Amino acid sequence: MAALDDVQVKEGVDQETVEAVQSVGGKYKYGFETDIEMEYAPKGLNEDIVRLISEKNNEPEWMLEWRLTAYRRWLQMEEPEWAMVDYPKIDFQDQYYYARPKSMIEKPKSLDEVDPKLLETYKKLGIPLKEQALLAGVEAPEGDRRVAVDAVFDSVSVGTTFKDELAKAGVIFCSISEAIQDHPELVRKYLGTVVPQSDNYYATLNSAVFSDGSFVYIPEGTKCPMELSTYFRINAENTGQFERTLIVAEKGSYVSYLEGCTAPQRDIAQLHAAVVELVALDDAEIKYSTVQNWFPGDEEGKGGIYNFVTKRADCRGDRSKVMWTQVETGSAVTWKYPSCILRGDDSQGEFYSIAIANNMQQADTGTKMIHLGKNTKSRIVSKGISAGKAQNTYRGLVSMHPKAQNARNYTQCDSLLIGDKCGAHTVPYIEVKNNSARVEHEATTSKVDDDQLFYCRQRGMDEEEAVALVVNGFCKDVLQALPMEFAMEAQALVAISLEGSVG
Amino acid sequence: MLEIKNLHVELEDEDKQILKGVNLTVESGKVHAIMGPNGSGKSTLSYVLSGKDGYEVTDGSAELEGTDILDMEPEERAAAGLFLAFQYPVEIPGVGNMTFLRTAVNAQRKARGEEELSAAEFLKVVREKAKSLKIDADMLKRPVNVGFSGGEKKRNEILQMAMLEPKMCILDETDSGLDVDAMKLVADGVNALRDAGRSFLVITHYQRLLDHIKPDVVHIMADGKIVKTGGPELALEVENNGYTDILAEVA
Repeated sequence: MAALDDVQVKEGVDQETVEAVQSVGGKYKYGFETDIEMEYAPKGLNEDIVRLISEKNNEPEWMLEWRLTAYRRWLQMEEPEWAMVDYPKIDFQDQYYYARPKSMIEKPKSLDEVDPKLLETYKKLGIPLKEQALLAGVEAPEGDRRVAVDAVFDSVSVGTTFKDELAKAGVIFCSISEAIQDHPELVRKYLGTVVPQSDNYYATLNSAVFSDGSFVYIPEGTKCPMELSTYFRINAENTGQFERTLIVAEKGSYVSYLEGCTAPQRDIAQLHAAVVELVALDDAEIKYSTVQNWFPGDEEGKGGIYNFVTKRADCRGDRSKVMWTQVETGSAVTWKYPSCILRGDDSQGEFYSIAIANNMQQADTGTKMIHLGKNTKSRIVSKGISAGKAQNTYRGLVSMHPKAQNARNYTQCDSLLIGDKCGAHTVPYIEVKNNSARVEHEATTSKVDDDQLFYCRQRGMDEEEAVALVVNGFCKDVLQALPMEFAMEAQALVAISLEGSVG
Repeated sequence: MLEIKNLHVELEDEDKQILKGVNLTVESGKVHAIMGPNGSGKSTLSYVLSGKDGYEVTDGSAELEGTDILDMEPEERAAAGLFLAFQYPVEIPGVGNMTFLRTAVNAQRKARGEEELSAAEFLKVVREKAKSLKIDADMLKRPVNVGFSGGEKKRNEILQMAMLEPKMCILDETDSGLDVDAMKLVADGVNALRDAGRSFLVITHYQRLLDHIKPDVVHIMADGKIVKTGGPELALEVENNGYTDILAEVA
């Protein structure tokens, strides 16, 4: 009896998913463009642009210096070429590094003052910036989980919801540009301590030109009262988005953070180079979930987002825990390895990933688990799905340092192929310098087979429904690791991004 | 219900004819059995009727309630009421049996323009039907056919059939790999579904399944054709004398 009731809950979820898939009915649905007056910095990159970005954000001198150091460093660096991705050379001088809606020049004091066109954009994207309704005294339906949102549009943060309520709990959730002005001591203490300015080509570029992003600070012993979320939207043409996210979880605190991304459908590729830094102190726990749905380019591989992202967590404190969950469906090129430095003793890192590449998409993604402390544990579950002519690579490093006594890692990499023109590659690196450490690695590659599809179709499902069902089954371990709202969205996305992949 | 006329079928990839003029009419509410030696084309017939890829119909027709089904997609045939109980049910890792069933039921309802079943309604019906097939809650939760025993797989096929309420059920060697008890359970499940508006085509090697599912008509198939048709006594004849005598007689 109890067991069947349990089934009922799961049934509901799956059914809604199928409905969601059907209601969306295909193609990239976030490809629209918002017609809005923009203010751009001049095209190209030089020290003046870096100064300009800093000035636009009213930054203190130390921040400008920090950016310039990064910029000078970047000039001496070479673009990395080791990833299994192939794309035309990026002309870094042919990009805009700063674009903001004109209506955002005078920062709106509340969401009510935000340009309705911007609010409309987020509404179309299904992002709840509807705190206004709540403030106006309209009660949320019971049981409706609330999520605080920081909405980033091109280079600037449009607004952050539920700020006051979070402040009551001592939680700071604001755009990073505000944090630099309002909480400089915190930003200065942690910025660049996980991903240093000189870390890698794209991270260094980001350090020089990042325009906005989110900042989260959870005080000691606090469980963040709601999910926090940032929604990144690239709208302007030829504009790179370089956001920077910094999350600090003090001792014994907990936060779950969601990140979503979309961009208009264009036939010119756009650059996205973000940096995310997480710091977890003693007994703190951070869950970071991403549903990345940038425009993937068309069937011939024209356009789409080039996504070069550095995400890293520092489990600085003992018994701290970080869990990365990502669903990567968009982007023409993905280069991304959310990692954990397991510095504190007994700290834990987890990485759950679904990477879907269809048509001409290329994904080179994975994780790094750096075990420094004693009894540190990590778990990696990666599901790569390739369809069309796409190439999907899992690249991961598990490193057990000499002091990582009794460290443990478990890695599972599964690849699923749909059709016979796509590829899946698994590149695991394992370094063990402590004899008591244990590393397990399992990898499988399979194909969605015709018999499975025929079986589903004989029972009445159409081909796309059948593929979605089989693929969602393949991804189940990871989907279950996502927060409820995201799990739904992710399941629907899995189905949408594979449309046209069979037949 | 089902009317097959002069059906000729070749394998798509190689120039090999498998069905060489099958004629068969299954009336509403009747149970027909097809028996025959290995390689006679029995399974091919079930696949062609349900729309599996890899076969080319070169001549003839197949109609379900007067509608030609050979140009329809597999899911359209399913929605029209055709069901195939597979000889080798396919495993779908990670997809719960319940999810699969409910997706299938609602896909068909939707295709027919009917209201989808709510979670509660669905659950009630599944529980009832699963019980009579001795399918427990655990089996409903497990991924489709993954780690199921031979008997569990076949019972699961019958559960799907019971849930989908098809008009024309084709059972492809449903008795293969079953012990006596499991066969009885499956046969009981099938018998419970016998109805004036529902027909069955039972494909089997052996008489023993037909002890439990009593057919109205028995056909013998050999070399891509129906070579002999009779009553239940024909199955007993096969059981006692094998196919050799019958084949010699019609040759």
